[in-house]
Amino acid sequence: MDRRSLFFGSGPLAQVHPAALLAGIFLIAYPSFASDFFTFQIGAYSLILGTISLSLMMLAGYGGMVSLAQLAVAGLAGYLVAILGDNSVGVMGLGWPWWLTVPVAILGAAIFGTLIGIISVRTEGIYTIMITLAIAVAFFYFVRQNYDLFNGFTGFAGVAPPTLFGIYWRSPDAFYYLSLAVAAFYFFAVVYCARSTFGLSLQATRDNPRRMRAIGFDVTLHRVAAYFLAGLIAGTGGVLMVWFNGRISPGSVGVDVAIDILVIAVIGGLRHPVGPFIGAVAFVMLENFAIDLIDRERFNTVIGLAFLLVVLFSPDGLLGLWNRFGGTLRFRRPASLEKLERSGAG
Amino acid sequence: MRQFVERHSFWSFVILVALGVFLWLIFAVWPEWLEAVLGRKKTFVNTFLNGLTLAGLYFLVASGFTLVFGLMRNVNLAHGSMYLLGAYIGYEAAEATGNWFIGLAVAFLAIAVTGILLQVLIFRRMEGDALRQTMVTIGISIIAADLMLAIWSGATYQFDPPEWLIGAAELPIISAVRSSGEAVYLKYPLYRLTVLGVAVAVGIALWLFLNRTRVGMMIRAGVNDRDMLSATGVNVQLVFALVFAIGAGLAGLAGVIGGTALSIAPGEDIRYLLASLVVVIVGGLGSVTGAAIGALLIGLAEQFGLAYFPTYGVVLTFLIMVVVLAVRPQGVMGQA
Repeated sequence: MDRRSLFFGSGPLAQVHPAALLAGIFLIAYPSFASDFFTFQIGAYSLILGTISLSLMMLAGYGGMVSLAQLAVAGLAGYLVAILGDNSVGVMGLGWPWWLTVPVAILGAAIFGTLIGIISVRTEGIYTIMITLAIAVAFFYFVRQNYDLFNGFTGFAGVAPPTLFGIYWRSPDAFYYLSLAVAAFYFFAVVYCARSTFGLSLQATRDNPRRMRAIGFDVTLHRVAAYFLAGLIAGTGGVLMVWFNGRISPGSVGVDVAIDILVIAVIGGLRHPVGPFIGAVAFVMLENFAIDLIDRERFNTVIGLAFLLVVLFSPDGLLGLWNRFGGTLRFRRPASLEKLERSGAG
Repeated sequence: MRQFVERHSFWSFVILVALGVFLWLIFAVWPEWLEAVLGRKKTFVNTFLNGLTLAGLYFLVASGFTLVFGLMRNVNLAHGSMYLLGAYIGYEAAEATGNWFIGLAVAFLAIAVTGILLQVLIFRRMEGDALRQTMVTIGISIIAADLMLAIWSGATYQFDPPEWLIGAAELPIISAVRSSGEAVYLKYPLYRLTVLGVAVAVGIALWLFLNRTRVGMMIRAGVNDRDMLSATGVNVQLVFALVFAIGAGLAGLAGVIGGTALSIAPGEDIRYLLASLVVVIVGGLGSVTGAAIGALLIGLAEQFGLAYFPTYGVVLTFLIMVVVLAVRPQGVMGQA
């Protein structure tokens, strides 16, 4: 058995798979040879979308709960940044400093995510999708109708990251590295979390909630905790998203965007935390360059078809294709996990 | 019903009193102090009737959704797209022939056929894999929404209902009394009352079909135990296709009726998908009676919310869903 497995190599550097090392070097060196457009619009944007999708991947892949409300969670964080911090619209904008705004926004989003979790863990499987979809749509209509707090249809504009250590954080290179740091942090956090006791019991809960309940685990608590952690990830992604766009409006949290997040996670693959990032890169590339293939107006048809093909023919997404044809470069999951799954299956 | 009264005597009493108060609110002439609290009676009754109409529309869409789920455990998230597609196809047919009823029939048939195709080509291939079915229907609805936008553009369409349905009907409800002592009766658009009538008729027809016919018996048996039904020699796939056709056809029918009462525009698919989702979550998946109760609750909540506290209207709908989930996760009429 090959002891070096991608991303799961622990300990000395020699045990890290060369492909992972190469990917890391590429990501760090990327801005040095890419143009500003590629660094900001492609690189940073993919990382942000990947981070938000990562929260969905964590819930769906490890917890078996496909939540369509993760974008609403991210959106709330973005709105909180605009409401508590500064914006150029003249509604709200309490002018809090960034070191207070950002943690409060992320925590607020995580609490919102937890509440969604408390409501939806009462149900399972497809019911979860339906309820979280209903929540996502309700959130969209709520921010569109509410003018006192969310400034209704217009939303907020002029939201910018702070200038810190003499660096303007919205300049392409700086923002790229900021997004990369956040994405890498959460990526490794999710990888670590999946191997922790909590992660393992969460996956066991996904495979057989009844047995876990019988053993004495608090299934509901595990699931709600997963929603809280996913809320932290989505919330941070939301803060980056509002800084990236500089604005937020009901359109940013619409159902179509919420479904895009699901599309990204599914196209990439729900089995490993790297999936959402692969999916995000594929999505952003399609979004930017589908214009050359067909009419820009019909982007949704292209992305819908891609999604449909992936769901129909490769349920594990691009990651599954990679595993099927990738030969030696396998995204292997730790042996302990596989053993657990084998014994827990059925 | 009798069982419910015997088991929950207190709640039956409360419901009865609430119903009595409601009926009094609608038919009585309001004293002045009440007008001071709730505003004009005309607004109240109109809101109530709008809520009922909307509930009827929601019931038409949601009953198909819940029927398909009840029998086949298929969550068809493309149901909203079927509503919109039905509206567009019905519009084209009605424009071409100049007859609204032909539009209605064409929409029903076309969407029923679409439903059968969906069942045969997609759902039958991935039976039992609910998550995948859900995702596939999401994919289909993305593509459908985009293609419909390409064909019919973003413009808003409006049907012309048959002439004898246009105009207002005078209801035997007194809205106010003039100083001369003359009573003013409330007027309400005839077409909207027809929507309500159609919804009630469809509801009764569905109930009769499910409870009084042989095929309906097969469907109910399939809901309870699909394997046993096929073991008794019934062609289950045929029953599935039939139910899917009826469910989808109802969405198409609702598209024309809703498109006439309101209008057709991109985005309506999501709206009605949300409505059906909330209605069946509240009412209980798989139950037609539950769909009726859920539609009534949501339709009324939406209209009263819109009339009396516009900014937070959505929250009211949402609150109902949360309360139902907290108290009865399987929905009002759902089986645990």
